[in-house]
Amino acid sequence: MKLITAIIRENKLDQVREALIEAEITRITVSRVSGHGQQIREEIYRGNRVIPNLIPKIRLEIAVNDTFVDVTVNTIIKSARSNSQGEVGDGKIFITPLEDCIRIRTGERGGTAI
Amino acid sequence: MSVKKRFFLIAGLLAVFSALPAFGSDGTPIDTGITAWMLTSTTLVLLMVPGLAMFYGGLVRSKNVLGTMMHSFVAMGIMAVLWVLIGYAMSFGSNVMGGWFGWNKDYFLLRGIDETITSSGIPEYVFSMFQGKFAIITPALIAGAFAERISFKGYIAFIALWGILVYNPLCHWVWAKDGFLFNMGAMGAIDFAGGTVVHIASGVSGLVAALYLGSRRGHPKTAAAPNNLVMTMIGAGLLWVGWFGFNAGSSVSSGLLTAQALTATQVAAAAGAMGWILIESIHQGKATALGFASGILAGLVAVTPAAGVVQPWGALLLGFGAALVCYMAIAAKNKLGFDDSLDAFGIHGIGGITGSLLLVFFIRKSWMQAAAEAAGGSWSVWQQLGVQLAAVGIAIAYAAVLTLILVWIVNKVIGLRASTEAEMQGLDHTYHGEQGYGMLNPR
Repeated sequence: MKLITAIIRENKLDQVREALIEAEITRITVSRVSGHGQQIREEIYRGNRVIPNLIPKIRLEIAVNDTFVDVTVNTIIKSARSNSQGEVGDGKIFITPLEDCIRIRTGERGGTAI
Repeated sequence: MSVKKRFFLIAGLLAVFSALPAFGSDGTPIDTGITAWMLTSTTLVLLMVPGLAMFYGGLVRSKNVLGTMMHSFVAMGIMAVLWVLIGYAMSFGSNVMGGWFGWNKDYFLLRGIDETITSSGIPEYVFSMFQGKFAIITPALIAGAFAERISFKGYIAFIALWGILVYNPLCHWVWAKDGFLFNMGAMGAIDFAGGTVVHIASGVSGLVAALYLGSRRGHPKTAAAPNNLVMTMIGAGLLWVGWFGFNAGSSVSSGLLTAQALTATQVAAAAGAMGWILIESIHQGKATALGFASGILAGLVAVTPAAGVVQPWGALLLGFGAALVCYMAIAAKNKLGFDDSLDAFGIHGIGGITGSLLLVFFIRKSWMQAAAEAAGGSWSVWQQLGVQLAAVGIAIAYAAVLTLILVWIVNKVIGLRASTEAEMQGLDHTYHGEQGYGMLNPR
């Protein structure tokens, strides 16, 4: 089991969600986060271009069984990338080993609980 | 002269001048009572526009909140500019082009009314600005029908053209002294404050535009939940308050008729709101806040054409009737599956039609007697219903046809429907480079 954590652009959420659902990855947790990577993003504030030091992003968390890791990751990469080349600020994907997974309702553990 | 003496001199002069009645250039005296109420009404109607921005803004997804609020705000800009340029002249000038709209070259940039006092005793500026607020809110109402999927530039072009070619002629027909609907039947088609001109016109136009542009991406499969119902409730409250200017101000007086209109407005809004949550509780098992707000609007919309002619019992039934009819209309919309996103047609179109027609059964006796005299003996409810049907039919047909032409042209020339990518990213990011709720994140 793996925990896939992806940081993506806010405005890519719809694309990524739709692509994941298409790929039958429907279980997901989404949160608003702020952070800083390589990207420098300009915004307009009263006619001036300003660069906020923390940039709003969306964090996706998806717990998957090992066989689904590739399809999930590939779907996110494909749908979250800006145009075909990709741009600085498109985000990152972290994959971490997941020790256990428990469904609260039944108490069952492991791969079937995902 | 000491400071004290100078103060008394100025105070004395002020007292003398303020005691003198003010006169227009043609000698008509200003009625300060009416003027004060009309200034207040003008302000109240403008307050409805940010109210509408909050009402609509709360109902969309968070990525579209600013774009949606801007639909109302930008109407305050563009429509007000157009109003002083040509809107007032087209609406309240004398018949031209066979009565299609009005024109008066003195009204261009309001140049000719700098010192005019109208026959009702208010400076014509006040009347013009009061009417101008209606020209602002009407196109802003349409935006609810095609929310979350419209280009900002295309929207501005559309409402500008719509204001010129749909609103101004309709306003002229119904409210100008030589408008043909103003003079239809015994005492004209009854549209006290804009049942046809404002609500039917905007609701029907919204429906046509929504059908032409198609649904939002993923509609109705992906639920588009409101991002902030708290804001929607505040907006609905502002609309209710502002509506007193809208309806009671439409008497263009400060007296009995004003009081009658104000009372009808309050009663219908309350009846609509209570009606809606009652129907909802029976049908769905819960009374929702959005339902209460929708009921307020349905009641207010329905009483808008009727406020000058119905008594409280009539307003009660109108409000309740509008809640029932609008509730069913929205249920039907969900079955039929078209995407009138924020129910501009379901509330304003259907509510306006309901009010404009049902009102004939609640007209107060004195009005019917006056109508009978004007018609030379007798005038029945059914004859008035005929006049109302004609006015409603004409408003629907005219708004629908012109809107279809305008959305087609704007969509071809500038582009009205947002691109798929723009729609997914949200209006805020795409058209404004901002985000509504950035403050919720540390930055």
